[in-house]
Amino acid sequence: MDFSALSPVALIASLMVASTPILLAAIGELVVEKSGVLNLGVEGMMITGAIFGFAISVETGSPWLGLVAAMVGGAGMALIFGILTQVFLSNQVATGLALTLFGLGFSALVGQSYTGIKPPPFPRLDIPALTEIPYIGKILLNHDYMVYISLGLVLAVWYFLRFTRKGLILRSIGENHTAAHALGYKVIRVRLLAIMFGGACAGLGGAYLSLIRVPQWTEGMTAGAGWIALALVVFASWKPGRLIIGAYLFGGVTILQLNLQAVGVNIPVAYLSMAPYVITILVLVIISSDRKKISLNAPASLGRVFHASN
Amino acid sequence: MKIFKRMAAGAVLALGLAGASGAEPLKVGFIYVGPVGDLGWSYQHDLGRQAIEAHFGDQVETSYVESVPEGSDAERVLTQMARSGTKLIFTTSFGYMDPTLNVAAKFPDVKFEHATGYKRADNVSTYSGRFYEGRTVLGHIAGHMTKTNTIGYIASYPIPEVVRGINSAYLAAKAVNPDVKFKIVWAFTWFDPGKEADAANALIEQGADVIMQHTDSPAAMTIAEGKGIYAFGQASDMMQFGPNARLSSIIDNWDPYYISRVQAVLDGTWVSTDTWDGIGAGMTGIGEFNKNIPDAVKASAAKLKDDLASGAVHSFTGPINKQDGSPWLAAGEIADDGTLLGMDFYVEGIEGELPK
Repeated sequence: MDFSALSPVALIASLMVASTPILLAAIGELVVEKSGVLNLGVEGMMITGAIFGFAISVETGSPWLGLVAAMVGGAGMALIFGILTQVFLSNQVATGLALTLFGLGFSALVGQSYTGIKPPPFPRLDIPALTEIPYIGKILLNHDYMVYISLGLVLAVWYFLRFTRKGLILRSIGENHTAAHALGYKVIRVRLLAIMFGGACAGLGGAYLSLIRVPQWTEGMTAGAGWIALALVVFASWKPGRLIIGAYLFGGVTILQLNLQAVGVNIPVAYLSMAPYVITILVLVIISSDRKKISLNAPASLGRVFHASN
Repeated sequence: MKIFKRMAAGAVLALGLAGASGAEPLKVGFIYVGPVGDLGWSYQHDLGRQAIEAHFGDQVETSYVESVPEGSDAERVLTQMARSGTKLIFTTSFGYMDPTLNVAAKFPDVKFEHATGYKRADNVSTYSGRFYEGRTVLGHIAGHMTKTNTIGYIASYPIPEVVRGINSAYLAAKAVNPDVKFKIVWAFTWFDPGKEADAANALIEQGADVIMQHTDSPAAMTIAEGKGIYAFGQASDMMQFGPNARLSSIIDNWDPYYISRVQAVLDGTWVSTDTWDGIGAGMTGIGEFNKNIPDAVKASAAKLKDDLASGAVHSFTGPINKQDGSPWLAAGEIADDGTLLGMDFYVEGIEGELPK
């Protein structure tokens, strides 16, 4: 075994790249769930964002416009879900699953003419002098911009939920929508906005995959990342800070085992591959073992239908 | 009213057409492990399905279900297909083996064709390509082209088919480059572009300058093109993903086999068989050689391909030892199909342990 062949700089760089899509999708879903809505369509919104971002980047030559298109695409998909569940009061679980199936098929249709095309390259952060600092410069200051944007987004969500009045309203709606409604808050409007924000984030995560991590368009290329993002929100017990730890842990497990294999270390790959899911189940068991812990964490109105006359 | 008239006219027309072709079309079904647009394994099977449609026209009616997980989900999809009147079903992934056998037992008058497996029944045939022959050619090229003497290999699951591919590629590379080393990463997935890309990056980080893969998406090819190293197309040509990186490819060509099997059902001559065809029969194709390959290597690779096709050369010709040093094949001895089909060991020289 030769661990010295592993370069920490390269490891951390690929860990960041592997974790960013699920981090982006998960932070969006976290806000959605905090508002009391369970949207299982993350995978569908991600893949829609992946093809929208890819297509617009290729057509315009601008990766930034591609990201905007990905957000619009993801938010558009989310809006379908929002209207169905919030206005027409359809079942959230079934609608979310349908959204995933729809997104996978729809993206395949849109993406037919985009296979085998190379997207424009995405710019990297490169601050002269600072990025040159050995180790720290490379680890902290030499990623693509989206890595920093995703971290900034998590920070912003944390601040919004914790310290702003609007964040408090969103959380109160997630905890008890009837009471929030009685206080005069617009439950449906806030939830629709949260759902669209979630869709935009998921779209961004998908576009990260098709524009930066792989970069190419292949049907079904998210390959379950949306489900990992959903698991991640539970793992983080709806706290943005833990979301970062979780995302880097989930991404890190994959990257580490791939790299250890490449170095030639014998590791039980099958077990490591299932580790993120096992950990999520463990967290679920732990937080549900204690009634107090549940009431502290999961939004109380999560997944429940809200009707104003109730 | 107008609409009703049109519908009635359409119905009459449809009836007339069906009447003209004589009998009801034969329903042929496919299940794929990935999306048809993976531009790899499932894509090639779907080309075979399209070839059936083109060849038989109105005589057949094909359908497919894509991205079917291996396991109990497959059983559900297959049952559904068999119930809806499909008479010939192609199950195109190794992991569909037991589901295929289970459903076949319940529907004795439906014919099943299972790709890459080894369990048969009266109404279940198996078929596969000798892809390892293709990997011998690719390994030969890889051994010549690597400058770091390190070839990265992205493997999917530790099943005989994949292990066979690794062994044949290694033996061919070693034959032309005694210093060559294989670094093998098991992805434990057939299709996950993100993970495949990460695996490629990890291998490149460890010095690999030629990547081989036994996963289905062109992600590794895209990474190789970006890093300026070499790779090979898997299952499908993948040229468009790496015009400079793609040295050659293994192309699965299922069309002739699929057409012959549908013909057999139409003729009523279908019986359960076991088909394992290689380069010679055209089931395993080798993609065009890249301009970056020196002419001498192109020539030797082409000769190797022809010799494999004619049977003059076999990918596994002794002396070959197993990884632990115990002898497997004596000098000049050729591996028998039984051992190849159940291959669960590395040959001598490959480092690392085969996951169980």
